[in-house]
Amino acid sequence: MIKDSKILIHNGKQYIPDLQNAVIKAPFRGKPVISFAKVDEKELVDLCPLRAINANPVSIDLGKCSLCGECAFAFPEKIQFTQEYKISSNKRENLIVFEGENKEIEIDENILRPEIRAVFSKSLKLRQVSAGGDNSCEIELGACGNANFDMGRYGIEFTASPRHSDGIVVTGPITENMAEPLRIAYDAIPEPKIFILCGVDAISGGIFADSKALDRSILNDIKVDLFIPGNPSHPLTIINGILDLTRGKILSNYII
Amino acid sequence: MPEINNKLKIKNGDNVGLEEIEILSYADFSSEALSILSKIQNHCVAYFAFHNKLNLQFIMAIADDLNQNIIILSHQLLNSEKQELASLTQQIFALHIFEREIHENFGIEFLNHPWQKPVRFAHNRFHKDLKINDYPFYSIKSHELHEVGVGPIHAGIIEPGHFRFICNGENVLHLEIQLGWQHRGVEQLFLDKKSNLQRNILAENIAGDTVIGHTSTFVNIVESLANKHISEQIQIERAIALELERIAIHTGDIAALCTDAAYLLGANVFGILRTGIINFTQSWCGNRFGKGLIRVGGTHFPFTEELKIQLLEVLKDFESRFIEMSHITYRLPSIQDRFDFVGEVNETQARLIGCVGVSARMSNIQRDIRVNQPTFIYQKFPYETIVAERGDVFARFLLKRKEIKKSIAWIRNILNNYIFNSHSGNVPEYKLSLKPNSFCLYLTEAWRGEICHCAITGDTGELIHYKIKDPSMHNWKSLEMSLRNVEISDFPINNKSYNLSYCGHDL
Repeated sequence: MIKDSKILIHNGKQYIPDLQNAVIKAPFRGKPVISFAKVDEKELVDLCPLRAINANPVSIDLGKCSLCGECAFAFPEKIQFTQEYKISSNKRENLIVFEGENKEIEIDENILRPEIRAVFSKSLKLRQVSAGGDNSCEIELGACGNANFDMGRYGIEFTASPRHSDGIVVTGPITENMAEPLRIAYDAIPEPKIFILCGVDAISGGIFADSKALDRSILNDIKVDLFIPGNPSHPLTIINGILDLTRGKILSNYII
Repeated sequence: MPEINNKLKIKNGDNVGLEEIEILSYADFSSEALSILSKIQNHCVAYFAFHNKLNLQFIMAIADDLNQNIIILSHQLLNSEKQELASLTQQIFALHIFEREIHENFGIEFLNHPWQKPVRFAHNRFHKDLKINDYPFYSIKSHELHEVGVGPIHAGIIEPGHFRFICNGENVLHLEIQLGWQHRGVEQLFLDKKSNLQRNILAENIAGDTVIGHTSTFVNIVESLANKHISEQIQIERAIALELERIAIHTGDIAALCTDAAYLLGANVFGILRTGIINFTQSWCGNRFGKGLIRVGGTHFPFTEELKIQLLEVLKDFESRFIEMSHITYRLPSIQDRFDFVGEVNETQARLIGCVGVSARMSNIQRDIRVNQPTFIYQKFPYETIVAERGDVFARFLLKRKEIKKSIAWIRNILNNYIFNSHSGNVPEYKLSLKPNSFCLYLTEAWRGEICHCAITGDTGELIHYKIKDPSMHNWKSLEMSLRNVEISDFPINNKSYNLSYCGHDL
């Protein structure tokens, strides 16, 4: 007992008190900013291993970007990665960052289904399905519930069964072999339900986008409620994305 | 048995011209392979087939741990020949998974193979009409027995796989694990992607919990084939990253085992200890799993003297809290009662299976690439293999703790004896041309065990075959064996004590 208490004292308070304003230091790579500096745009576009960069105007699509930072090393005057980790949105186009633009990536309230905030703002149980995920996004989703990030403080937790859950979080590029199990799991969740893609592999296929071993047809039938970029998504990106979706910016700041 | 004396032997990371690899008749190949593999110091690290012009060429690589080299054997099958071979699995059981893989990919029938079943239902498999739901499970007809099917989706945040138990009451008689759900076509993508940067990113995504292990194996292959010299400092940095990955994941595994034994203090404290290590990796390269750190030719994130001071501090803090927590956890009667003598795999079984890494060392097998096939860094800073004996859950639990302490000591020794230069000049270099018509093999001892990558280049130096073997390829069989005659409720602790890779296996 005394030994246990000592351990508690020696380990101290490990939780992050304010998950919405926590600071991550460089060289962590979050939202990029693109300047108007003139560079060889073709070279820049060709350099990106995931073809996330487009020219004229220059833009980076965080739904395709694995945040490797190669572009910023090659063209530091053009591209810089900030430590802004709030990069999730419910609108796919919002993940595209254009040159000279420095606005926040946020939830588009206009396309938000009204039942999401009405039903899920105080408690949200999610089922996770890895469909070809490489186990890094899965570990980060697990870390959201650990003693450091403690997402459970908001009533957001992962459940064992889709029957007990309010939605699904998909990781991985959705392999052909997992397409059917994923659909069965989604169908097993009672309405209303939400559908979240976590990580660059889930959003666009990532580096696997061209593989013939994928079957992403489920995305033609289901509306995605939240895109969480990153490779893997940082726990702070995940938690803030879900909070902004289910509570909105203002509410999530003071309802704890 | 006739010995062929001029066997081709290479060192870990060497490349050889394809024409140097002698193509034997299958009869000679078989007797040679069986005679080498019957010696206790040898084990097969790779056996695969690829299309060489019109023929199917087979290459087998056998690691000789005593003489610290790798023996390369080869045979071929002409298109005109009947597509079947006599299976070697009956003599050397560990070859079962390699023959199954070749069978699945190329349709070769291995005669007398006892378990010729699909491995992962790869998209480019030979029999495309066979679907993943058609897997031929072993079953026993009996009124007393029942079957339990679990997965592919499991009850936690974990990758998919299907487990089929045959039980007598609560007791498991047999477990069969069916994988393939995670198959993304990684090996094919290595050939499709033409730039080394793309392949580099691909290697980082083979298994997100073994980023450093797989990526450093890949870059070493490219650097060997491009004859690119890598500075000592870069090699040291990669080795430090590899050991940090080991410390972090092992600590996470210990936390997960505590969770499953309902020991919440241990689960939480080991959990936050892991955070400290991966957050250091993030402050080094910007990613908690080390994605972005290892690059062909060099790195964007050189290890500096400031990072050295920071890491020494992190390790000191980690170690004192880790030891304090371990002292209680590993002596706790409720933990010992839960883990002792559960899921045993003895040395004989582990050798038969061909276990590697932690799964070999838990059963008293001295199998460790850092010691047996050391590259430059592990020659300069030697590592000693640690083994446990009983091969049960507790042995795996204990081994992880010991390896963490050992890795900390190993890193600290380097940090205290090496001056890091932040301007070492080794920046990534992707435009490298590879030596044509060559074969290269590299082995890395990652936290799960040995990772083996093999590359084969064609006439213009383009990749014509890329073969990846995650340690899980062998070790899943060990988990199946662990479940024999234990209660089905002991499955979670057994599974967590191995923590094998699904995506690394399915590729």
